[in-house]
This record gives sequence, C-alpha cells and structure tokens, in this order.
Amino acid sequence: MKAAPFEYVRAASVGEACELLARHGDGAKLIAGGQSLVPMMAMRLARPAWLVDINEISALKFVKFEKDVARIGAGTRQCAVERDDLLASRVPLLRQALAWVGHVQTRNRGTIGGSLAHADPSAELPLVAQMLGARMLLRSGSGARALEAAQFFAGPMATAARPDECLEEIQWPIWPERRAGSAFTEISIRHGDFAMVAAAAQVALDGDGRCTRAALGLGGVGGTPLAFPKIAVRLVGTQLEDGALRDAAEAAAAACEPGSDLHATAEYRRHLARVLTGRALREAREKATTA
Amino acid sequence: MSETLYTIEVEVNGMRRPGAVPARLSLVDWLRDELRLTGTHIGCEHGICGACSVMLDGEPVRACLMYAVQANGHRVTTVEGLARPDGSMSVLQDSFCETHGLQCGYCTPGMLIASQALLDSNPNPTEAQIRDAIGGNLCRCTGYQQIVEAVQLAGRRTREAK
Repeated sequence: MKAAPFEYVRAASVGEACELLARHGDGAKLIAGGQSLVPMMAMRLARPAWLVDINEISALKFVKFEKDVARIGAGTRQCAVERDDLLASRVPLLRQALAWVGHVQTRNRGTIGGSLAHADPSAELPLVAQMLGARMLLRSGSGARALEAAQFFAGPMATAARPDECLEEIQWPIWPERRAGSAFTEISIRHGDFAMVAAAAQVALDGDGRCTRAALGLGGVGGTPLAFPKIAVRLVGTQLEDGALRDAAEAAAAACEPGSDLHATAEYRRHLARVLTGRALREAREKATTA
Repeated sequence: MSETLYTIEVEVNGMRRPGAVPARLSLVDWLRDELRLTGTHIGCEHGICGACSVMLDGEPVRACLMYAVQANGHRVTTVEGLARPDGSMSVLQDSFCETHGLQCGYCTPGMLIASQALLDSNPNPTEAQIRDAIGGNLCRCTGYQQIVEAVQLAGRRTREAK
C-alpha cells in the first residue's frame, strides 16, 4: 500500500456524488478512471481523506448528438470514445488525439472528464477542448453551470471547478462544413508519454479551396493548453498556402510560454511548437482538400 | 489506528472471491498478497511499466492504478486464468515459449494479458496493431521482436484451429 489512508464511498448518482463532496468538503476528491489520481496518491502528492468513486454512475457514460454539438458524459471511457465511428466523423480530433493518450490499458480505464478535470497542460484532451472551444457542464448540490474551456482551465492541474462540483458533461462543437480536416501531432520521449509539445489544427474550406474557418492550439508550452483564435482567423480567406501556414506556425510559437525541464529547454519547446503547428496545419489542409 | 475495512466480492478467474480490504489496498496487492495469485507482477506501481496488467470485465487495465475496493462486483482475469482448465499452457503461452518471447519473465504476465486481449478482439492483427497493444508494457530483455512473433504465431494457430 503506497497511498495515505482514506475512506472510500461509491456514488450511485451524480446527485449523491455532489452531496458527498459537499458533506466531506475539501478533504473529498472524486475518482473516475484514476489513471492520474492513483499515481499521485501513490506518491502522496494527493492525500484525500475521502474518495468518492463515480465509476459506477451509468448516467455519466454517454455520447449524444445535437445539431452542432457532440455531448459526451464525463464518465465515458476514453476507449469508448476512441471506438465511436460516428463521433470520429463528427469530431475527428477526439480519435486523433486519443491515439496519443497513454496506452490501451490506461484508455480502457481513463475517462474523458477525468482527463479534463485533471487539467495537465501537456495532456491531449484538454488541448482539443481548448482549441475547439468545448463547454464543460458542472453540477453541485446548488445547481448546474456551464463553463467555456477558456474559463475552465485555470492553470497547471487547476480548473475553475469548485471542490463541491462534479464535471457532468462536455459539449464538443461539430463543424458542419463538408470540406473540413483536422490533425493532432506531438513529440514525446516514448509514445504514450507526456507530450513535450502537442499541436492540433482544424480547417474548413469552401468550394474554391478558400479557408472559411480555422482553429489551432498547442499543449505543453504554457500553464494551460493554448488556443490561438487571433492567429487562426488570419488564415480565413487564404488558400492555406504553405507561406500562410508557416506564418501562423511562427506566430503561435512566438505567442506561447514554454518552460524548461529535464527533457527539453524552453528554446527547444518553442522550436517544436513551430514545427508541430506547421505539420498539424498542413495535414489538416490535406484532409480538408481531399474531403 | 485501525483502518476501515471494506467488504468486497470479486469474480477472479471464474471464482467468487470475497475479501475485506482497506480502501488504499491496490488491486494488484490484493491479488498477490491476499489471494496468493503471484503470477501478476508488480513493477513501477504508478502505471508506467504494464507488468501488473489484468483484465477487468474482459478489458486489459493496470492493476496498480485501481484499488481493490473498486473491483467489487466486477470480473478480473489474471495470468493464472489464461491457462487451459487442465492447467496446461494456452496457445498464446506456448507461442511465447517457442519464439523466445521472454527471457527474465518479469514483464511476461502483463505481455500475455495485453496480447490475449488483443487476440480476443482481433484474431488477425497486423504487426502495427500488435505493437500498439503491447505499447504500454515495458520489456528490457527481448527487444520486443520475439514477443511480436509470439502473438503472430498464436493468432495463426488460433485461426487454423477454427
């Protein structure tokens, strides 16, 4: 046994989970897939007095579609999202990003909401949420509220969710354009490790090959995943020529705030940010062109 | 100070196994220390090495990243559950033996669980699919090549037997 002692309770519903969080206060923590929390508890970086297990709440596991949004229950396993072909056709970045998330064994257990609530600035799903502008639905005993990704991610491993709130659902925008393409890429020491830098891009084209909408983002180069709407909007109206993509990649690399650690200097991360943004944009363009 | 004990019942390799566990006891510790199923190995204990892989409701997971209490009411298969009912080795285990898919054996239970789960869902995997399936399992002896060959051999034999 490596974790500090704690009490355990299984919540049967989101309402019960919220009630337990309210009752036990700051000492309580939700556990979903536990693929980040359990190692943190083993290293005693986290020492909750109570673990509220939300794994058995079936109401948190769903994928539903509305006209322009895919609604995913926070407790949905990463593997279930990865295997969902309809979801892959409507929000393709999710499957593209999940290919980089851990390994089969961790995706079988890890959840979509857990990854977002953990808010690791180098993690793949938070990056997709940030760059697409996903909405997080939070519930507590006093009601529900929705936060845009930009408000939700507050810093490294920190979100705007209160200790008594449970992330219930994530709403991912569906781009309706017929000619759209997206790509996700990253560099890590080994496949499945934390990204040194990750980049994601999505573009849409009109019938003449002119860009009508673009989004791009970077992970691992700031306290939260970063989206660059002002840089992306400059691509709109262009033919996404190599020069325009290069300018966008350079602007994004200049705008990010990488740090140095054992594995990569800030300078190297900035270099990766430029190279990977360029790759993601070019790949997204190729997919949109052939869509 | 005595810790609260939680009553659990888990179906392990087809048998109902009751237990009384502190919340912080990991699933792998329970399997090894309480049930004496020491085939599942403990490596890093924080989700990196894959040595502790078991199947939870048929899907491979890391048994060091789950508390035993969370497995209450679920179905677990360990490497001991892969052998045939008479105790002889499975097709996959024989294949590991024949292709030298192991040397020191430390990663082997995790490798067997990961690759058996792959073959259960895809009896004819490509090399890339095999490498992806065992991508979360570290081996410092084989260089992985013979493990890939073992899974290919087992897939071929299973298909031929049908």
